[in-house]
Amino acid sequence: MMVAVVALTRSRNLFAVIVLFGLYSFLTATVMVALDAVDVAMTEAAVGAGISTVLLLGALHLCNSEEEKPAHKPWLPLLVTIGTGLVLVYGTWDLPAFSDPVAPIHTHVAPRYLEQGPRETGVPNVVTAVLASYRGFDTLGETMVVFTAGIGIIALLSRRRYVRRGKQ
Amino acid sequence: MKNDIILRVIGKLLIPFILLFALYVQLHGDYGPGGGFQAGAIIAAAMVFYAMIYGLSTARRVFPDWLVESMIAGGVLLYLAVGFAGLYVGGNFLDYFVLDADPVTGQHRGIFWIELGVAITVCGVLLKIFYLFTQRGQDQ
Amino acid sequence: MTSFLAHYDYWVMIFLAMSGLFIVISRGNLIKKLVGLAILQTSVYLLYLAPGKLVGGTAPIVDAAFTVYSNPLPQVLILTAIVVGVATLALGLALVVRIREEYGTIEEDEILHLDADPADAAVPADPANNTPASQR
Repeated sequence: MMVAVVALTRSRNLFAVIVLFGLYSFLTATVMVALDAVDVAMTEAAVGAGISTVLLLGALHLCNSEEEKPAHKPWLPLLVTIGTGLVLVYGTWDLPAFSDPVAPIHTHVAPRYLEQGPRETGVPNVVTAVLASYRGFDTLGETMVVFTAGIGIIALLSRRRYVRRGKQ
Repeated sequence: MKNDIILRVIGKLLIPFILLFALYVQLHGDYGPGGGFQAGAIIAAAMVFYAMIYGLSTARRVFPDWLVESMIAGGVLLYLAVGFAGLYVGGNFLDYFVLDADPVTGQHRGIFWIELGVAITVCGVLLKIFYLFTQRGQDQ
Repeated sequence: MTSFLAHYDYWVMIFLAMSGLFIVISRGNLIKKLVGLAILQTSVYLLYLAPGKLVGGTAPIVDAAFTVYSNPLPQVLILTAIVVGVATLALGLALVVRIREEYGTIEEDEILHLDADPADAAVPADPANNTPASQR
């Protein structure tokens, strides 16, 4: 995945950029399966790798796939990025180790959901139970976000193109 | 691409299975990975596939514009209706356990309907975005 | 050494996130900026999911055969985040398409130049469509 991202950064052909992004999304979905997040992996594969790539290709077709011009040497952004990365690495030193059973994330409220979720809701998939029942309000908000994005895109793109006819 | 026989045959073979799989993902979200979002995205992907092979106008006859736009709003309204049904029967907003005499069955019912609402909205939005992008491309 | 092994997953994700950030702030092409933003978002999803995993556990679908489950709560959060991310990506792409039609370009420095100097934007970039939409 790191190789894909580095190649993506250096590539200037936008079609290659989009294909590499699709590849990166698929690899992310695979890593998510390895992390036991199967619902998330399915969503990432369907939505991230499938639909996002289609939308990017559609937009690329509409923008006529211009190759990116060479920028000036990116020393300042590189410095800023590396600096931020180092600060973040310093911050993660104190985080719990990978797969630590007594980390706070596992001892706070998750055991309650895992034990009593299937009994209270009758749904063995705890992710769906939490998403739809315990935190159903958040899912309502998410549906409204998708709805608003759809409305926004309709507002932006549904008017027929008109061409400004030169300066008066 | 309508005249390419390989694509047409594969499309006719695969699209019903894709739709069936989307239905499976939607309904089995309780017992395995799945749920509304994934199912909506898979249905939209099947329709995009159909539109790419058979042309946008044919796809528009199967899923006309008014249907897609009603789907976008209909899913959210369905979700809110389930929430208000909870209020109407006597509980709080978005309470499922009051929807039936047995609270667990009520939960099942509530989860089923809201996942359906989510799938309808997601499918409608993704399909509408695809229609708008392609229509813009044809205007150019 | 053990702390290196225990934490290197965070560092990989920080590298991915910083690459996405680098693309956003240093490249001028708008579509590439959006792709960089998407990379940033995806790496943050991994950053959230990684602490939820328990080695030896399984996916959080309760079944009689397993006793140890990975944490379901970050997964719920990230499920919402993925869908919201694709919604913003779609909206951003619609804006890029409109910018392309108005300015004729999607390179950031050219757009800023055109904004500063409106006299340069007299003629639209596609001379092929000279008829208004109503006559098409």
